[in-house]
Amino acid sequence: MKVKTFAARVYIWLLLIVLYAPIVFIAIFSFTEAKSLGNWTGFSVQLYQNLFTGSMQNSSGLLSAVQNTLLIALAASAVATVLGTLAAIGIFNMKGRRRRTLTFLNNIPMINPDIITGVSLFLLFVFLHISQGYLTVILAHITFCTPYVVLNVLPKLSQMNPNVYEAALDLGATPAQALWKVLVPALRPGMISGFILSFTMSLDDFAVTFFTRGTIGLDTLSTYIYADARKGGLTPELKPLMTILFLLVLAVLLFINIRQSKNSDKE
Amino acid sequence: MNKRSGWALPYFIFLVLFVVLPLLLIVMYALQDGSGHFTLANLGKFFSDRDSLSTFALSIEVAIENTVLCILIGYPAAYILADKRLNRSAVTVVLFILPMWINALMRTLATAELFTMAGVQLGKGTLLFGMCYDYLPFMIYPIYNQLNKMDKSYAEAAQDLGATPAEVFRKVTLPLSMPGVWSGVMMVFMPTVSTFAISEFLTNNKIKLFGTIIQENINNSMWNYGAALSLVMLVIIAITTVLQREEADES
Repeated sequence: MKVKTFAARVYIWLLLIVLYAPIVFIAIFSFTEAKSLGNWTGFSVQLYQNLFTGSMQNSSGLLSAVQNTLLIALAASAVATVLGTLAAIGIFNMKGRRRRTLTFLNNIPMINPDIITGVSLFLLFVFLHISQGYLTVILAHITFCTPYVVLNVLPKLSQMNPNVYEAALDLGATPAQALWKVLVPALRPGMISGFILSFTMSLDDFAVTFFTRGTIGLDTLSTYIYADARKGGLTPELKPLMTILFLLVLAVLLFINIRQSKNSDKE
Repeated sequence: MNKRSGWALPYFIFLVLFVVLPLLLIVMYALQDGSGHFTLANLGKFFSDRDSLSTFALSIEVAIENTVLCILIGYPAAYILADKRLNRSAVTVVLFILPMWINALMRTLATAELFTMAGVQLGKGTLLFGMCYDYLPFMIYPIYNQLNKMDKSYAEAAQDLGATPAEVFRKVTLPLSMPGVWSGVMMVFMPTVSTFAISEFLTNNKIKLFGTIIQENINNSMWNYGAALSLVMLVIIAITTVLQREEADES
């Protein structure tokens, strides 16, 4: 038993070391001034300074890419959360063929690889003569985010007492009040996890954005990195930026986890 | 039928507009020439072009290898993570998902750079390693979830009835965890076929996968041929989905 536990630990740690090697690599080389990734020219925090003072060669490009990424992710996941929650309530109250149809349609964006979602939406916007830019990217992101909101909210609906909403109506609440005061609080955990999932998928998306951003020069972090890498030579300030983002995410996740385990200890 | 079922109507309209119609447009563009007349020439071009066919075959091959690799490496990891005796901390599970929050392109570039520094030639080997690196969490997570949901009393019952640990695993745990494996396969296989940027970075543009040709055609305004290639992929997605459903139903 001891040997087995030890072997299991070693296996997990080996995997984690390999998984984190590139990230640690980026973090280490964020503390040197060299342009290329694997080049060490002595310790320096110059890149961090450049990042915060905005004094870098292509500063407007990188900073606006970060801004776009956040704005698009925020807008898309907010709309997806509202649309998906309403849809989940609707689907939950459906039966038979209508429910099966909607569930099937909801599955399609999750099954389709990014490139198919991207190409198909690109053709849609070309076909409808919609000029591509912020709006089309946000619409595209809503398309692949909403299914995950629906999937996260549905289980919360089956957990709640179906009569509470009717009871609120009987007691004189308007449907809007009943929605806001009864349904939303009960569904909140599902809505939050749907929102977080949408947000992270939107942040990380490359292919769908690539096909729907048009030719107005709209860049998110992903498309910026792609263009940068193809030109040969990444903007060196990407290294400190990625390091900071990683530490932020790590802190948030650890915080959530510690809080959760404390809560479950209390129960 | 109660009234609240109507709340899904906006989403239904949204899905028709942004999911169903775009997919139909892939079919339409694939079956048209540049001036909008019906033709099978685009599909014919794919099936008669040696280059696209070999890229396609290579993409399927890499995707199968990557999927198998992810199962072989990911299953034991998921098993260990789900076993309370071997892993007591939920943080370890989070650590496996965390890298996904860092931009995938950036991680891939760093991986490629690490290989170059170590003196490894970029090619098929590094492509497979990098793909496996990118998709491993997508395999571990569904299997872990399935193992976690599993009713432990089946395994205990088998043990009580005299099964050896190996038999318990082969006859109880493994079959019960298959739905998780299948959703992992869905999340790894098709995305591998269709990646474009990742394969370019990991092989220094030496190896093209199917996604890259689709992207090149669409970007060079060869929409009809690009749509035809996407249609080929859609057909494969449909087939794998049906197969996956059947497998998942059986287990």
